[in-house]
Amino acid sequence: MSSNVNSVQNTLKVALGLCVVCSIVISTAAVVLKPMQTANQILDRNKNILIAAGLFDPAINTNADVSAMFAEFTPKMVDLDAGRYLTADEMQQLGLNPETYDQKRARNDPALSDALSGDDDVASIRRRPRYATVYVIENASGEYESLVIPVNGYGLWGIMYGYLALESDANTVRGIGFYEHQETPGLGGEISNPRWQAQWPGKQVYDDSGDVAFSVVKGGGAGTNQVDALSGATLTSRGVENMIEFWLGERGFGPFLRNEVQG
Amino acid sequence: MSFNKTVLIKPIFMENPIALQILGVCSALAVTTSLQVTLVMCVALTSVVACSNLFISTLRNHMPSSIRIIIQMTIIASLVILVDQLLKAFAYEISKQLSVFVGLIITNCIVMGRAEAFAMKNPPFESFMDGIGNGLGYSLVLIVVGTLRELFGSGTLLGFTILPTVANGGWYQPNGLMLLAPSAFFIIGFFIWILRNKYTEQVEKDEFEMMPHTAEKGAH
Repeated sequence: MSSNVNSVQNTLKVALGLCVVCSIVISTAAVVLKPMQTANQILDRNKNILIAAGLFDPAINTNADVSAMFAEFTPKMVDLDAGRYLTADEMQQLGLNPETYDQKRARNDPALSDALSGDDDVASIRRRPRYATVYVIENASGEYESLVIPVNGYGLWGIMYGYLALESDANTVRGIGFYEHQETPGLGGEISNPRWQAQWPGKQVYDDSGDVAFSVVKGGGAGTNQVDALSGATLTSRGVENMIEFWLGERGFGPFLRNEVQG
Repeated sequence: MSFNKTVLIKPIFMENPIALQILGVCSALAVTTSLQVTLVMCVALTSVVACSNLFISTLRNHMPSSIRIIIQMTIIASLVILVDQLLKAFAYEISKQLSVFVGLIITNCIVMGRAEAFAMKNPPFESFMDGIGNGLGYSLVLIVVGTLRELFGSGTLLGFTILPTVANGGWYQPNGLMLLAPSAFFIIGFFIWILRNKYTEQVEKDEFEMMPHTAEKGAH
């Protein structure tokens, strides 16, 4: 018996059988659970858009409120290089839909993104999509009430994905939220801690001459252009600073904010 | 069904995987800052140990010894991926907080240790019970650590405020050390101390004995 168990044939048979069984179990689970996981991801992303815009208070609101609250936003598509909204015709031509557009996937699609050269690549993201979906709330007279833009940049372990909400002056921060990152839990991972995010609202991104002057500094962050860095997470804090510098600068939303929002 | 109950009970106090065997300490440090996350981790680990013990014990007589460890790893890894997928579908927020630590159950020494030490030599049902027992032993330590850390680190338990903190207008100044990993070392250390005071047979023998004359003489 024991020599039979240890024979080459039996070894191969057991290995093959186990692999087949395990892979069937895992792939079934992955396929069956996929719709629920995707729904959770979208819910979480939308919730972070609401958190960035200061509309969602985890102490009061629950996940059930997200879709109703999120319906107040109008998603619009922005051409980052031209610095303006895409018209409905252009969107149709490009086959883009602001609600289903996936910026993360577009980043890896040569038709929809450009490689960044070393000096431009402040946030270390290597490629930048040409288009982005922004979320807008306008008041009754058609003025901006709030504008939420997607931002991302390399932290310590991977790219951090989040949303930054701006006031109608396209300068004052309304809030920030991160929905995906790989930072160290408890250190860099604190970027998703509401207590740290609470110091963002009211800060200003640009200085008087219109350059990005935002910084994440150690020990304080009292200035109008500063927030306090995370202790024990220097590289994550630097990543957040670079992320803001890139996405509000000339290769990011800078031209768009000048043309469309500040008028 | 009758089985030896000690298999289930023993790992909880007498042969606690963390306190006596000192296995699985790394996740005990990482996921115990809040009790809710801790509980989910306990359930995840207990089910993985129990099921991996069950399957490995069932297959133990058909396993070629040359690929024994690989088979164990494959079974454990599949179970962990399954747990991870389930968490992502049904408890997304907690799975985000646990992040890599669910995946790291694969390398948790308790799972591998029990598979190799117990499941390879015992029938399926007892192995399953041994897995549950070891999972509960691990859970006991984690829950103690998680409770203390959340209570003194953020003044809450399961998210409910117990000690109102200064930041929220209360009186309790939270102990920041409790939120950092070293505090778990202290708590686990005290836990082991108390346990070994009660069950003195757990105390390890000195590896060497001090000679009588050295204490007298001292240094010059």
